[in-house]
Amino acid sequence: MNSPASPDQDWPLFEVFIRSRAGLEHKHVGSLHAADARMAVEHARDVYTRRQEGVSIWVVRSSDITASDPAEADALFEPARDKVYRHPTFYAIPDEVKNL
Amino acid sequence: MSAPDLLRYVLRLGDTSLILGQRLGEWVGHAPALEEDLGLGNLALDFIGQARLLLSYAGELEGRGRDEDALAFLRDAPEFSNLTLAEQPNGDFGRTIVRQWLIDAWQLEVYEALQASTDTRLAAIAAKALKETRYHYRFSCGWLVRLGDGTQESHGRVQESIDALWPFTHELFAADEVEDRLAALGVAPRLDLLEPRWSARVSAALHEATLTRPSKVHFPWHGKRGVHTEHLGHMLGEMQHLQRTYPGAQW
Repeated sequence: MNSPASPDQDWPLFEVFIRSRAGLEHKHVGSLHAADARMAVEHARDVYTRRQEGVSIWVVRSSDITASDPAEADALFEPARDKVYRHPTFYAIPDEVKNL
Repeated sequence: MSAPDLLRYVLRLGDTSLILGQRLGEWVGHAPALEEDLGLGNLALDFIGQARLLLSYAGELEGRGRDEDALAFLRDAPEFSNLTLAEQPNGDFGRTIVRQWLIDAWQLEVYEALQASTDTRLAAIAAKALKETRYHYRFSCGWLVRLGDGTQESHGRVQESIDALWPFTHELFAADEVEDRLAALGVAPRLDLLEPRWSARVSAALHEATLTRPSKVHFPWHGKRGVHTEHLGHMLGEMQHLQRTYPGAQW
């Protein structure tokens, strides 16, 4: 249970993930402020699904996300650059396969 | 069935949604947080949407060529038949929430019951509105508990709003001859049967919010009979200004 924000303290930030239709994954759509997770879901509903963008909402406190360090980007991502054989580009994708 | 009864009843529902929607719209650009601004705006649009369906139906029942716009923008206060509670000013955010929560709880019962109305058009409108109302109640009740069981200041302010608005709840379930006749025909629900459900729901929420339920008041306002508090006239002045000044103006 999150501790409620006191009046002189800003609401914490939440990251919002929306599943646009059944079968697809939740995608990050943005962030918003809310006093707790329940309110964050309601805010996400009002802010991000007004035009029927979704069928499911996830929210998570931004402070609970562990991010990679941009300074380490070379070490983390550079080694993959010369390994094109890892890309599935050598297959023909059937027209019937959507959302790949 | 006498058409005037049904017309009056549909107008009561439609006007309540319209007036409450307009009140909520007054918050746009002023809410305590951007997220709540959008939330209240969404609520407002739900109510305006309900009002459009109901007032269009009322215009057809009346048969004098008045459409939803004519009914919304070209009637004077005594011709409006919304619940008096709906026209009460926004006050602070807590006051708006209390007004919202009391009406949401009422609409939950009314729309739920109206789904079984012998008037199929009304039943269809109620079925659509009920889905919106379930979310409205979740929103307003969530805030009621949050504020009631919040800080000393939020608790005090919300309790004050409940005490101030409570007298207007008498009208919610005080049926008059129009509602009695329609209930006998199965068109409208019997309000005396809905009141215990509303009352139990309201009491449970107040308990959770650590708020005190005021004692029962016999204070029959008659908004639905066209007798309003001073607030409605001021509100209509603003709401109807454009159509009155430039008749037929289009967006």
